[in-house]
Amino acid sequence: MNLTLKVWRQDGPEDKGRLETHQLSGVTGDMSFLEMMDVLNDKIIREGGDPVVFDHDCREGICGMCSMFINGEAHGPGRGVTTCQLHMRSFKDGDTITIEPWRASAFPVVKDLAVDRSAFDRVIQAGGYVSVNTSGETLDANAIPIPKADADEAFNAATCIGCGACVATCKNASAMLFVSAKVSQFALLPQGQPERKRRVTRMVEQMDKEGFGNCTNTGACAVECPKGIDLSNIARMNRDFLSSSLTGE
Amino acid sequence: MLDSKTPQGPLADQWTNHKNNIRLVNPANKRLIDVIVVGTGLAGSSAAASLAEMGYNVKAFCFQDSPRRAHSIAAQGGINAAKNYQNDGDSVHRLFYDTVKGGDYRSREANVHRLAEVSTSIIDQCVAQGVPFAREYGGLLDNRSFGGVQVSRTFYAKGQTGQQLLLGAYSALSRQISKGKVKMYNRHEMMDVVIVDGKARGIIARNLVTGEIERHSAHAVVLASGGYGNVFFLSTNAMGSNVSAAWKAHKKGAYMANPCFTQIHPTCIPVSGHYQSKLTLMSESLRNDGRIWVPAKAEDAEAVRKGTLKPTDIKEEDRDYYLERRYPAFGNLVPRDVASRAAKERCDAGFGVNDTGEAVFLDYASAIERYGKTEANVMNLENPSDEKVRELGKAVVKAKYGNLFDMYRQITDDNPYETPMKIYPAVHYTMGGLWVDYNLMTTVPGLYAAGEANFSDHGANRLGASALMQGLADGYFVLPYTIGDYLADDIRTGAIANDTPEFMEAEAAVKDRLEKFIGNDGDTPVDDFHRRLGRIMWNNCGMARNREDLTQAIEDISALRDEFYAKVRVPGKLNGYNPELDKAGRVADLLELGELMCKDALEREESCGGHFREEHQTEEGEALRRDDEFTFVSAWEHKGAPKDAELHKEDLVYDNIELKQRSYK
Ligand SMILES: Cc1cc2nc3c(=O)[nH]c(=O)nc-3n(C[C@H](O)[C@H](O)[C@H](O)COP(=O)(O)OP(=O)(O)OC[C@H]3O[C@@H](n4cnc5c(N)ncnc54)[C@H](O)[C@@H]3O)c2cc1C
Ligand code: SF4
Ligand code: FES
Repeated sequence: MNLTLKVWRQDGPEDKGRLETHQLSGVTGDMSFLEMMDVLNDKIIREGGDPVVFDHDCREGICGMCSMFINGEAHGPGRGVTTCQLHMRSFKDGDTITIEPWRASAFPVVKDLAVDRSAFDRVIQAGGYVSVNTSGETLDANAIPIPKADADEAFNAATCIGCGACVATCKNASAMLFVSAKVSQFALLPQGQPERKRRVTRMVEQMDKEGFGNCTNTGACAVECPKGIDLSNIARMNRDFLSSSLTGE
Repeated sequence: MLDSKTPQGPLADQWTNHKNNIRLVNPANKRLIDVIVVGTGLAGSSAAASLAEMGYNVKAFCFQDSPRRAHSIAAQGGINAAKNYQNDGDSVHRLFYDTVKGGDYRSREANVHRLAEVSTSIIDQCVAQGVPFAREYGGLLDNRSFGGVQVSRTFYAKGQTGQQLLLGAYSALSRQISKGKVKMYNRHEMMDVVIVDGKARGIIARNLVTGEIERHSAHAVVLASGGYGNVFFLSTNAMGSNVSAAWKAHKKGAYMANPCFTQIHPTCIPVSGHYQSKLTLMSESLRNDGRIWVPAKAEDAEAVRKGTLKPTDIKEEDRDYYLERRYPAFGNLVPRDVASRAAKERCDAGFGVNDTGEAVFLDYASAIERYGKTEANVMNLENPSDEKVRELGKAVVKAKYGNLFDMYRQITDDNPYETPMKIYPAVHYTMGGLWVDYNLMTTVPGLYAAGEANFSDHGANRLGASALMQGLADGYFVLPYTIGDYLADDIRTGAIANDTPEFMEAEAAVKDRLEKFIGNDGDTPVDDFHRRLGRIMWNNCGMARNREDLTQAIEDISALRDEFYAKVRVPGKLNGYNPELDKAGRVADLLELGELMCKDALEREESCGGHFREEHQTEEGEALRRDDEFTFVSAWEHKGAPKDAELHKEDLVYDNIELKQRSYK
């Protein structure tokens, strides 16, 4: 396949950035999108240029590191996949592909396609945990039976990989899907109950402080979420948040 | 002879006694002590969080943009623990025994026993943190079976067990970060350890975003930097996984143990082309239900390769379920080394099923049928149609392995619910690593190694679901205790200065090396050398090894290294985000490690676990150990070129387990 690539280049958060055009040949359908980017960088390096910087690590859809906005869609065409799981068979010979970073003021660009998502870490630090020390003397793991349906739903929420596609997709750059997934995981489990109200309050406060936008219920986030995190998590978080603010926690 | 510092007394009491006798640091004094933890995978996150909870000041480092993205996140299948919830006769002793046997009798009894003992606390701890393990309808935890054992002791969260465990440890870590007890350095790479008066007292790190070189001091340093499978270029490891932290420690005096012990995992998606950057694991849990086979007739295999015969059209009697045939007692659940070699044997004999001839089938048809029938019974369906049975069966398989099947389909464009998957062995895990004593301290005082970075518990072959167990055991339950014994001497030392000559020299050396890379007048990208190194390693130090090939490989790697320094092109700048520069440093270290691995493989004149020397095999082609001469750990001391490393031995003593030729028949 021969492709025209329009790739976002930006030296750092202060730089304005621009799209740079590259022609690439010899791409095959079995390549993953990132392998195609490897081929591009190999070519750039051999020609004496500066390769395109992008984040990636596991290349199997689980670490949440890869983060490309491809032809106007977070993680590109296709549902339920991360950028690294996208294969070139989704494109055809002669296509022009535009590749940009996540755009959100809470995610400043580090370089080219790599952005800084440490705001997500700080939201988790604000309360995304159960306060239990490592003693080796906690309850036996089977002491509290948990209905399978609850455990499964908590698991589904917990599969969020923290990639930020939801934020990148939302026109308000809201982080509600990400935050609500973590809040829900704990809200659905007995272990999460003691800190339930405090957790949701603090996480939402931190989310606002980081400069993520408001949620206006368009649901675009869930469409582009590679892990199928459900919108019902947002509803659950809103209920919890409301009841926590009513009781003054 | 190396002293493992294994405590005296009966095996089952050693850890308890040791903990009781260990020196403690009181809480007020812990506030005066700094610990550096490199790595935030299961081992690093759990260690950093636990040490901070105890009161130490912790600095933690990872090269990803968040601690949550460490490679542990990718672990799929599960974590072992001797809970015996299934009432199938499991016990601490059985887990201990299985692990020592699985490791082909090349691990330290005392460590493995301790691992088995603390395994149960890990599950309790994780559940308390809110890790959503899979459960049964009764609300209790579910288990699955992994290779090399005959009980069901593996806890799991669908195909995302590593993710859930790491997010648990990450949440514990985040809690300590919010309290200010852990200072987290994301996008930072450790470039060297700093030794002062013979003790590890800090590290040199590079801020990967700004390029700044930083000096960090501490009273002790913990390396939890993961494994080095990427020396083979293609592996199931994440792209960034590397040996650099461990290798820098090795060059500063820490011994590397059993570096050639590599795990080649039997069930991965086969290589498809030259551009390929990594291989994808299909979890071992799939061998619970999947059956592995190749055509029994060479002409059928040929036709399948050409695409003229579909696997589903091959009759039952024309299939060779070679694992079930060769190992009736364990069948598809033999340990990984055995399963991998058996696949290679069939493919070498001409029965491979893809166009490269290097693939076998992993088939779910009979599992789908079996589960479907059970479901039909449960639902009281009378005479369900085959179609209905398959539909019900597929739903069960989807619930258990859905994400793995999706991943397979995504990569290969084949539907594994309808046609058998094609799989082949791939590099997956490294049992070798930094030598550590019972306290997890390396041969450098104050320098510890945890998780996959150390060599400790898996001998010559790791059993499935035991790396997660070991990482969390080290980080939650072992290291936080044992490190106190060392730090007890440091309560009056005061803060360690980071501007002493030792720090300044180490910093200067790091800068010098980086400048050389950037200034090099080459034209070849780093990946080119990495790929070539990988090919040498896979062909000569992979699933089968022999004297001639290994000797040649040592020469080839050393020549490749020279070429690398002469011809590599590292674009970009020193002071800025420059992933090519990071990669160059890592590949330079892998180019040294590979040579040491080949040397280690050459000197170990026996076969054991994943280390298969063609010269040493039984008549049936099984690994032939030579216990009289090789019941020891090889610990290598750096002496200039990797091939000049000096061998030290730790004799392995088996007081509680009888050494036997491993049999899974
Ligand atoms: C695909 C896959 C599936 C697996 N499935 C299972 C399974 O089901 N069960 C099981 O038991 N095991 C499994 N394993 C093995 C297991 O996941 C790993 O052995 C284990 O997670 C390693 O954990 P760790 O904490 O030692 O290191 P890692 O998780 O690899 O973490 C290494 C850390 O070190 C940091 N680091 C490395 N070098 C530097 C440096 N120079 N400077 C700063 N930071 C550095 C990294 O940033 C990272 O944070 C699997 C492995 C793979 C590849
Ligand atoms: S909710 Fe989905 S899109 Fe958002 S961070 Fe999590 S996995 Fe990514
Ligand atoms: S690289 Fe890990 S999710 Fe894409």
